[in-house]
Amino acid sequence: MAPELICRCRKRRASGFELDADLAIPLGEAAVTVLFGPSGSGKTTLLRLLAGLEEPDAGSISVGGRCWYDRSRGISLAPQQRRTGFLFQDYALFPHLTVAANVRYFARSERAERLMEAFGLAPLAGRLPGAISGGQQQRVALARALAADPALLLLDEPLSALDAAARLRMRHELRRMLVESGVPAIVVTHDRMEAVALGDWMAVMVEGRIRQAGPIQNVFRHPADAQVAESVGVENVLPGEIIGRDSGLLTVKVGSWYLQCVDAGDSGAVFVCIRAEEVTLSRELPHTSSARNRLSGRVRSVTLEGPLARVELDCGFPLMSVVTAQSAGEMQLQPGDELCAVIKATSVHLTAV
Amino acid sequence: MDWQAIWLSVRLAVSTTLILLALGLPLAYWITFSRRRWKFLVEAVVSLPLVLPPTVLGFYVLLAIGPRSPAGALYARLTGGMLPFSFQGLLVASVLYSLPFTVQPVAAGFAAVDRRLLEASWCLGVSRLATFRRILVPLAIPGIATGAILSFAHTMGEFGVVLMVGGNIAGVTRTVSISIYDQVQALNYAAAGETSLFLLGLSFTVLALTYALQRRIWPVWPLS
Repeated sequence: MAPELICRCRKRRASGFELDADLAIPLGEAAVTVLFGPSGSGKTTLLRLLAGLEEPDAGSISVGGRCWYDRSRGISLAPQQRRTGFLFQDYALFPHLTVAANVRYFARSERAERLMEAFGLAPLAGRLPGAISGGQQQRVALARALAADPALLLLDEPLSALDAAARLRMRHELRRMLVESGVPAIVVTHDRMEAVALGDWMAVMVEGRIRQAGPIQNVFRHPADAQVAESVGVENVLPGEIIGRDSGLLTVKVGSWYLQCVDAGDSGAVFVCIRAEEVTLSRELPHTSSARNRLSGRVRSVTLEGPLARVELDCGFPLMSVVTAQSAGEMQLQPGDELCAVIKATSVHLTAV
Repeated sequence: MDWQAIWLSVRLAVSTTLILLALGLPLAYWITFSRRRWKFLVEAVVSLPLVLPPTVLGFYVLLAIGPRSPAGALYARLTGGMLPFSFQGLLVASVLYSLPFTVQPVAAGFAAVDRRLLEASWCLGVSRLATFRRILVPLAIPGIATGAILSFAHTMGEFGVVLMVGGNIAGVTRTVSISIYDQVQALNYAAAGETSLFLLGLSFTVLALTYALQRRIWPVWPLS
């Protein structure tokens, strides 16, 4: 059986906030699990409960069959016994110790030396954390955590302390480092692009509760409810491949369609992210339109949500569109209708796989 | 100059400071990190010597260590000696009297250390005691140094408690401040002036050194 993380925890804060998390993650299948949700939804609290830095009011936590916490049996392992590599938002490097001493903090070991090499920290070994860049600090923190041979890595908004340019660069590097480490990781983020770039599995947290968990594309494609859909924001996350590049535009093959988008330097296999609001619908193929992408598809369902209508199209792959209820009425949209979906090139965003 | 009294005061101050560091660091740790509801009571007790007249403190210490008290009786049985009017008795009183001067700066130093550094250490599998030694104490050195210096200086200058608990026995309990008082009572202003000047110079030098040292420590261990 694949090692699983099973967590059922309740925690009430003096502020009135209540966390009630029910979560199962197949750590064996998912190298990186993204814990996603708006700020204030309780993601960091859940991470602290997992690490043993705070104790739940009730519930149980077990990882890979080993019980970490069980209120009813009076079990509560100390953080030292759980051995989770916890990466704090600002990395919490020991400021009075050099980079090398930080990495070797758990023990002077061959493992620590190997990690220093692998993470390119050897040239920085003698520097203090205050004298290196944010991206380098992140690598030190990750190497320090991995040197202690953790069962699970917990990362709290690992990219938020970086500036925008470094954040984009580090996304893929972080994903690579996490996957190569072989240690399952749970990453907290509220940035949907970051979630798609980092995770295999995703748990969506809203107002202290896990609302949905599953493979990341499933969650984006089939939000369990409107609140999840709203928090994940991007309704369309499609696997695609870049096949051409011409005068600042990329051509991406998605299913049997070719989409054009602005060249942001990506290449190879990508996820194509399109917000449902950016997909406009028309009955006929518009012959004169500035929009670059026109796809034909069949309406699978029309769901009214107050003033808006959520239209699910089948273009060989599912494509969500949100139009006003008024337009949906005027166009008399019915399941089975053949339609044309129009998307501007600037509305197609890519993130690397 | 009464070198005997000066030497006695230095011995008393050094011993008091060392004992206070051993007691004060764990106590400050508890005060900084405990979430017990009755913590405020402990804080109030620790701070009492700041507001209590030294004579009142001395009076109670005298009762507590006297031969009729359990503590005094136990001490007499173990050592065959008595605590009141002895150097050891003076040491007990000094430790209590200077307790807040160690605990408060050290607790402030501990509180200034980012708690997440301690949590990071625990998650790395390092015990609370080792984390205390390897992370908290090194980062709180300025607070600990301030606590030690203040306790030393405070003990060097204490008068009322010494008089109540120790009396005025040359070489045993006559500290430098008692000696100065004696000299003034005997109208020996020249000797009193010499000893006072020496104490003034010593206090100033110690404090100046501390502040100079802290200047060098701060930039090396930025706490923010």
